[in-house]
Amino acid sequence: MEKTRPLWSNPLQFVFACISYAVGLGNVWRFPYLCQMYGGGSFLVPYIIMLIVEGMPLLYLELAVGQRMRQGSIGAWRTISPYLSGVGIASVVVSFFLSMYYNVINAWAFWYLFHSFQDPLPWSVCPLNGNHTGYDEECEKASSTQYFWYRKTLNISPSLQENGGVQWEPALCLLLAWLVVYLCILRGTESTGKVVYFTASLPYCVLIIYLIRGLTLHGATNGLMYMFTPKMEQLANPKAWVNAATQIFFSLGLGFGSLIAFASYNEPSNNCQKHAIIVSLINSFTSIFASIVTFSIYGFKATFNYENCLKKVSLLLTNTFDLEDGFLTASNLEQVKGYLASAYPSKYSEVFPHIKNCSLESELDTAVQGTGLAFIVYTEAIKNMEVSQLWSVLYFFMLLMLGIGSMLGNTAAILTPLTDSKIISSHLPKEAISGLVCLVNCAIGMVFTMEAGNYWFDIFNDYAATLSLLLIVLVETIAVCYVYGLRRFESDLKAMTGRAVSWYWKVMWAGVSPLLIVSLFVFYLSDYILTGTLKYQAWDASQDDRL
Amino acid sequence: MLWLLFFLMTAIHAELCQPGAANAFKVRLSIRTALGNKAYTWDTSEEYLFKAMVAFSMRKVPNREATEISHVLLCNVTQRVSFWFVVTDPSKNHTLPAVEVQTAIRMNKNRINGAFFLNDQTLEFLKIPSTLAPPMDPSVPIWIIIFGVIFCIVIVAITLLILSGIWQRRRKNKEPSEVDDAEDKCENMNTIENGIPCDPLDMKGGHINDAFMTEDERLTPL
Repeated sequence: MEKTRPLWSNPLQFVFACISYAVGLGNVWRFPYLCQMYGGGSFLVPYIIMLIVEGMPLLYLELAVGQRMRQGSIGAWRTISPYLSGVGIASVVVSFFLSMYYNVINAWAFWYLFHSFQDPLPWSVCPLNGNHTGYDEECEKASSTQYFWYRKTLNISPSLQENGGVQWEPALCLLLAWLVVYLCILRGTESTGKVVYFTASLPYCVLIIYLIRGLTLHGATNGLMYMFTPKMEQLANPKAWVNAATQIFFSLGLGFGSLIAFASYNEPSNNCQKHAIIVSLINSFTSIFASIVTFSIYGFKATFNYENCLKKVSLLLTNTFDLEDGFLTASNLEQVKGYLASAYPSKYSEVFPHIKNCSLESELDTAVQGTGLAFIVYTEAIKNMEVSQLWSVLYFFMLLMLGIGSMLGNTAAILTPLTDSKIISSHLPKEAISGLVCLVNCAIGMVFTMEAGNYWFDIFNDYAATLSLLLIVLVETIAVCYVYGLRRFESDLKAMTGRAVSWYWKVMWAGVSPLLIVSLFVFYLSDYILTGTLKYQAWDASQDDRL
Repeated sequence: MLWLLFFLMTAIHAELCQPGAANAFKVRLSIRTALGNKAYTWDTSEEYLFKAMVAFSMRKVPNREATEISHVLLCNVTQRVSFWFVVTDPSKNHTLPAVEVQTAIRMNKNRINGAFFLNDQTLEFLKIPSTLAPPMDPSVPIWIIIFGVIFCIVIVAITLLILSGIWQRRRKNKEPSEVDDAEDKCENMNTIENGIPCDPLDMKGGHINDAFMTEDERLTPL
């Protein structure tokens, strides 16, 4: 008697697993950036159009393939056509690359989480210099949050060539991150199914708490109004549409094989159409929700910095001209500046170069994405809140849940084909295969804990998966529609789930989505070719800015 | 005669205490920033207190225990509030060296701050850098403690799961040896009844088309 395939205990576990995988760090740190860059509220228009035209059909396709073939990506594509097993292998390789560098983010989240239990928060104060008369120079020039990220966490080297050694603190955190992932995938769907209840729902709890806190912060409305005001002219910008398509594509995690793996553990009669729509809608809704939180935090931080800047200018003027303490306020600053310029022109011209032009707009304009947003901007805002330890712990706990949820999907994509393969699974039990995969990934991941590790991370993040995934999903769509046959696939689905496939899905799968992916692919390829030499941003310790 | 002496004294004082004079220090207070509504006004009594604090600090320096309040001279008091001060020697002819004054103030900065309800940022002695308090540094960094706790929990959980998996598999290996016998009997009966040997499909050659394998699992298992 053949061993029955493990199944999800109930359909809810499957939905939670998909949500936990799709809702990841990209929703928190990439979507708000895109929203800000490409016209605020008007970015939602291309985003929702791409969701309906590209996201939902492709997600439904992958889930249906997985549920129909009941195997991981390699086996599923081999079943469709033996010539296409390369697609499955490509998915596994890309998943492998992703899991190598993605877990480093969880390691950093652990690091910050453990450091949040101190008073004051270590990134809120600069360390003192040698003779205790002032603060450390590098920290003074940058800010204390940037110093903590670049010096204390990463201990970054000036360039990619200078590797430095493996830093033991991030290495320990990476080890812990991989142990936690191993713990969650150890027993296959049995353990993963229970973990995803938490990794899918806890981030929402934290986001709601942060939403309430964020909206009540001083200056939050500045951020919200500035970011969400629609700039309709951006709709004509092709980059906005391309980025919307890309964001939907990568946010759902298509092409990695994780969705096929998750769906393969489904009952054949599962209604994957409904689940595809639910998962994609929740994913987009979470992006928008997270961007509301992010923009209110931006607004708070920008207002705080603006008011600080005004205070510094007032102090400078008060000290130079020996004005009465407390005389200068934000409202009369310009007036007094004008008066001083006319009354004491020589002294004023001396001090003029040091007077910064404080502008709320320029503070709001700093658009940040990626690790910079998560670990620098957010921490800067958190250190200015009351009871900052609590907010810090909540925030990094949420980042961890998001990150581990996505890691579960990635490792499922690698493990499901391995455990499906009869050669490997007959020699090694499931626990040993998972352990081996985690061990290899952890060992390679130590590269990212070296001093130059963050540069490697940026390179991997920007270039490892982009083009390959577009190609994989393109081949997937063409394979299902034209190699396997759309009619055959449709009748399979009807026999399996008992529901007919509507004409909308068929049109999308056969025509619109492949065209969209081809155009994205052409766009990115031409972009790479035109850019010439690829660049990365380095941290200059003497100037404390990115080159 | 007395008036002449008085003018002479003030003249000498004026020379000793001047903005930018040798051994003179500028002091800056930001009372309203520090205390807000509870700010006190800066008057001559406060100046007297300041002179007393400086004299007190100088008395702590060896060889300067005889410093009196009258040896501390203030000048150029502005609205800011800021002023310059010097400390003269008992003869009141020349000022004490800046280094001595600097050391004395640095050693007693906390007391001086406390007397005026201010701190290092709101009571500034320009050119006298204050010693910043080093952050509290516990012997074992806190993060390692928390890391150790979570690490141990995770290791224990992994060990438990692996061990329970091994036990489950051992129990399953013992059972099938009983179930197999029953199945063999059924199979033998089948083959005898039909008269046709029914070999299971997957034992001889040929490939299984996985696309159709799912048919089996939709039938209810025995």
